[in-house]
Amino acid sequence: MSDGIVYWLQQILNALQLGSIYALIALGYTMVYGILTMINFAHGDVFMIGAFFCFMAATMLGLPFAPTLLLTILGTALLGVVIERLAYKPLRNAPRVSAIITALGVGLFLENFTLALAPYPKHIPPLLENVTWDLGGVSLSSLQVIIICLSLGLMIVLDYVVHRTPVGMAMRAISWDKTFVPLMGIPVNLIISITFAIGAGLAGAAGTMYALAYPVIDPYMGIMVGWKAFISAVVGGIGNIRGAMIGAFILGGVEIMVTAFFPSTYRDFVAFSLLMLLIMIRPYGILGQPRTQKV
Amino acid sequence: MTALLRNHWDWLLEQRWLLPVLVAIGFILAFAIPEYNLLNKYVQLVLMYVGINIILAVSLNLVNGYMGEFSLAHAGFMAVGAYTAALLTMKVLPIAAYPGLFPLAVLAGGLAAALLGLLVAIPSFKVRGDYLAIITLAFLMIVKSVIENIDFIGGPRGIPGIKKLTTLPWVFFWVVVSIWMVRNFVYSKYGRGVLSIREDEIASDLMSVNTRRVKFLAFMTSSFFAGIAGGLFAHLLQFISPRVFDIIKTTDILIMVYLGGIASITGSILGATLYTVMLEVLRPSTVAGLLSWLPDMVFNPLNEYFIRHLGVWRMVIMPLLLVLVMLYWPRGIMGLREFRGFIPRRDREAHHVLKIPKSGEMP
Repeated sequence: MSDGIVYWLQQILNALQLGSIYALIALGYTMVYGILTMINFAHGDVFMIGAFFCFMAATMLGLPFAPTLLLTILGTALLGVVIERLAYKPLRNAPRVSAIITALGVGLFLENFTLALAPYPKHIPPLLENVTWDLGGVSLSSLQVIIICLSLGLMIVLDYVVHRTPVGMAMRAISWDKTFVPLMGIPVNLIISITFAIGAGLAGAAGTMYALAYPVIDPYMGIMVGWKAFISAVVGGIGNIRGAMIGAFILGGVEIMVTAFFPSTYRDFVAFSLLMLLIMIRPYGILGQPRTQKV
Repeated sequence: MTALLRNHWDWLLEQRWLLPVLVAIGFILAFAIPEYNLLNKYVQLVLMYVGINIILAVSLNLVNGYMGEFSLAHAGFMAVGAYTAALLTMKVLPIAAYPGLFPLAVLAGGLAAALLGLLVAIPSFKVRGDYLAIITLAFLMIVKSVIENIDFIGGPRGIPGIKKLTTLPWVFFWVVVSIWMVRNFVYSKYGRGVLSIREDEIASDLMSVNTRRVKFLAFMTSSFFAGIAGGLFAHLLQFISPRVFDIIKTTDILIMVYLGGIASITGSILGATLYTVMLEVLRPSTVAGLLSWLPDMVFNPLNEYFIRHLGVWRMVIMPLLLVLVMLYWPRGIMGLREFRGFIPRRDREAHHVLKIPKSGEMP
């Protein structure tokens, strides 16, 4: 293969890895938005907590990869449900802004609480034996394969759950109409809790994979990644699950391509400028439906 | 007795001299405190931070509270103002010879920020709500990224060694100007436009409100004062870098605004003051000083297990407090209410009508 193609393939592989991590987090944003029309700004910090759960499971309990991942997902799912019950549920009928500010507060709390307990960045031990294959010049690591495959697997499962199961149908029903859905016998609170559990669990999975790919973690790592995942969700059309996945891969691709051709300090600049342009041209995202506003 | 007090209070609020006299007393104090060291240096410093935060909160409230948009770009405007003012005082203006040029630098910082505010106003014609929030966030990130990539202004390292030119009288001056201008704007014809955009943009468009002009003015005024606050902040902290003006700074200002309550100048003043003072009071040294009257038997264990660790834990306590305020007090301290003295006389009766949007739903 020529050098050019090898280079491109390598970059596409990197973009897939970054994009799949963004996608897992973006799904949580978009699901919560779809069901509650609320931006859960604490979600990026749930992702960070996921990375720390992974660290604790790996070092304190000394677990291998699979149980670590499982424990992390369970832990963050529980955290998501607790946050929703304690902080968001009482505000369901309050002005939307109070919920947003509460979410910002919860996020700050998670960051600073973690900082108080873990003041220094932590190193994640290598949980997986990392093998690198050379495919005609393109180097492919087993870690990359696991991250990409696992993320895609989780996304396919989620897509199936949302579009083909009774729980998913209830979720879509609640996001469609909140007044009459309870009259049909759908347990709204339970479904919202399940939504938060799934979203937070996916963020936990993303935290684990991120921690494996970039093994130094700190309490503020969730801010930037969280915002980028949020942007992915918006680019795809917030509230739309398939849109969030598409948006995440687009953002991952843009970021990797920018770092490939420009100095890496321009990454945020180009990524955010593109985002701004996209929103000005298509204010409802790629798959979002324009909502008509009535007077 | 209370009725009598209440009558006196009402009488006081009716007097035309009330606000000018308050401002004059404020100025005298602002000059006297540093001159005669009426308060120690640390309290003076906190006072100046309180003032800067009031400017930031009042100006952000114009867009987020009165107009009902959700802007996250305030720290970006602040950065523009801070960098403009700092570069002017360090590289352009002969400050060493003429320290009186400092207000010019701050003003230039405000104007530069206002110019960029125009840029953010343009997308707001087409995009609203969450999507506008993203645009303002993107704007903040772009400002930060641009600053990081210009080596001439220090890049990611920032600018150290800025002269300490911000003084209490100047902070007080800009606090008064910002409150005065925002108040006059809000109670002007355009201010009614701002409120009508919050309640229903399409309806206000139909009622021949020039929504574009109103948005231009609101964003420009808001970002102008953010730039002013940035200039003052840079010359108080004496060091700026892109990291100072990141999303956490915006979050701080948002917290002040919503803690104080939206669409209320008094609320923003209270919110900014409370938040700043709380953060300072929770410092270990302050708490230790405040509680030092306790007998040793109580104080020592308290100090050992609690106070000494406050440095980290106060950053945990603050967001927790914010969440509690939002849960039990979702409108903040003064949400949609106003200190009567700030309301123009002709509006004092009508204000009650404006005060409660029946739908209870705000954007």
